[in-house]
Amino acid sequence: MNKVITFQKPVYINATSCVGGKKESEGPLAAGFDSLCKDDYFGMDTWEKAETEMQKRSLRLLLEKCGLKAEDVPLAFGGDLCDQITSTAFAYRDFPMSFLGQYGACSTMAQSMAAAACMVGAGYVQRAVAGASSHFCTAERQFRTPLAYGGKRTPTAQWTVTGAAHALLSDRGSGPMITRVFFGRIVDLGITDANNMGAAMAPAAADTIKNFLRQAGRQVDDYDRIFTGDLGKIGSTLLKQLLQKEGINLHNHQDCGLLIYDMENQNVQSGASGCGCSGCTLSAYIMPKLLKKEYKKILFIATGALLSPTSSMQKESIPSIAHLVEICAGEGDI
Amino acid sequence: MKITKREYKNMAQKASPPSHLAKNCLWAFMVGGAICVLGEGLFNFYKNMGFIISDSRLLASVTLVGLSGILTATGLYGKLAKKAGAGTLIPITGFANAVVSPSMEFKAEGLISGVGARMFIIAGPVIVYGVLASTIYGIFLYFVMPMLR
Amino acid sequence: MNYLWAFVIGGLICAAGQVLIDLTALTPAKILVLFVTGGVVLSAVGLWEKVAEFAGAGALVPIVGFGHTLAQGMARAVAKEGFIGIFTGGFSACSGGVGASLLFAFFIALLTKPKSQS
Repeated sequence: MNKVITFQKPVYINATSCVGGKKESEGPLAAGFDSLCKDDYFGMDTWEKAETEMQKRSLRLLLEKCGLKAEDVPLAFGGDLCDQITSTAFAYRDFPMSFLGQYGACSTMAQSMAAAACMVGAGYVQRAVAGASSHFCTAERQFRTPLAYGGKRTPTAQWTVTGAAHALLSDRGSGPMITRVFFGRIVDLGITDANNMGAAMAPAAADTIKNFLRQAGRQVDDYDRIFTGDLGKIGSTLLKQLLQKEGINLHNHQDCGLLIYDMENQNVQSGASGCGCSGCTLSAYIMPKLLKKEYKKILFIATGALLSPTSSMQKESIPSIAHLVEICAGEGDI
Repeated sequence: MKITKREYKNMAQKASPPSHLAKNCLWAFMVGGAICVLGEGLFNFYKNMGFIISDSRLLASVTLVGLSGILTATGLYGKLAKKAGAGTLIPITGFANAVVSPSMEFKAEGLISGVGARMFIIAGPVIVYGVLASTIYGIFLYFVMPMLR
Repeated sequence: MNYLWAFVIGGLICAAGQVLIDLTALTPAKILVLFVTGGVVLSAVGLWEKVAEFAGAGALVPIVGFGHTLAQGMARAVAKEGFIGIFTGGFSACSGGVGASLLFAFFIALLTKPKSQS
């Protein structure tokens, strides 16, 4: 059974950063991004290099915000959706810190933050970076079809965010802080449709939320908001239905996959997805509200569908996971 | 979770909106029909130029393939397909799109292991099973038909 | 008149494909394979040439027509070359469309770069 980890001394989020592409620059959260590039190639010649460049830009911005040099940070956790998480690993060529690559599909941001928080919280390192990225074009060519291929998207499909996000966690500070983390377990309720990831991931989110609340002795009402990563319209509906069956009324829920794009006008079907979705929404939308104390206490739960193109072709169902990070706005809000 | 896989499958199906069947079919019908009309026009054009029927059919197909290639390169074929669905998938222009798009996409992996190896990654099954079916027909024609006479 | 039939028959074949996409779990790739092999069968039983006579491109431009071309080519090859025709018929018949696609694809790949979507 997975266990909630409670920090004796909170881990501070000194700063977050995020970088997005063209579609993100046209979405409702555009103003919250630190940098947006109208060219999804980010000046590079392949999509993979573009994603690496995006990560580098976000990392540089993060360090700049904290007034730190790469040498000042001993440890980084991060990942993306590309095979062997190359986009992330290649970005750290320029950042000389211990690097621990993470793969949690779209849950990577929460996984990295939770892992980094544990290392900082335990006192092994003073600071650590956590990050994640996704790029619409690297994901399409790897998981679906070539970009120029003509295909109709199903109403259940989700749009991979082109974005990179990072957070700097430290054992000192004053601002928003991580007080608990909960690493999810694999949940699979038999969904096989790779174009309906929200449905595949909702049970993992429900499992994590239910067990966290029970173990931590908390209620839904203790939080101003409970954010999930990228369940989209369908996944969000299913999450609420699943928790209702467990007697939990998730009335203060928002999904990052429904926040980052204009659901009416940006042609994204069921919503957004990708590691960048929850990461960028955290940095562009949630963090500013924590800093302004609009939220005193929130849960950030990123969900991942752990499938591969091979597993889909072999008709395996989609195992999913959801990692949880509890964030408080300040010392008085714990 | 107090829920079985079967129960969840039903729940997920209920929560997932169905495709707009009538609207999708209308789009497929109109766009698919229009591409065929274009093909018919090209066929008549080549026939009037003096080509024999079989050559005119082939030239009409080749022209459609070329047009589809250009539209694919400019990204317009993909945009049209988002609306037209099977209307752009089923005609020969869809076959051309399925050959051109991976060639463009995988140029990043080089001319041999990218373009060369992956050109037919989507259209390959059509060739494999089309030729296989015709070969079985050939075997039937050569071995079985004479016995039936 | 031919144009009208080309539109109606071609459109109906595409609409049938759309019904399969929306109502079944068949992927577009499987539907294409189904249509092309279906075309071979319809041609082999002599039906598709009859449709092509009045619908023209409406019967030939959809991928079903590709199957028809394959079957016709095979019949010609077996009649002309006998046993050898079994091996050469299919590929000879589809060589025009496939060859053109291959040529265009190669040069378009050389000259262009994929674009992002929105």
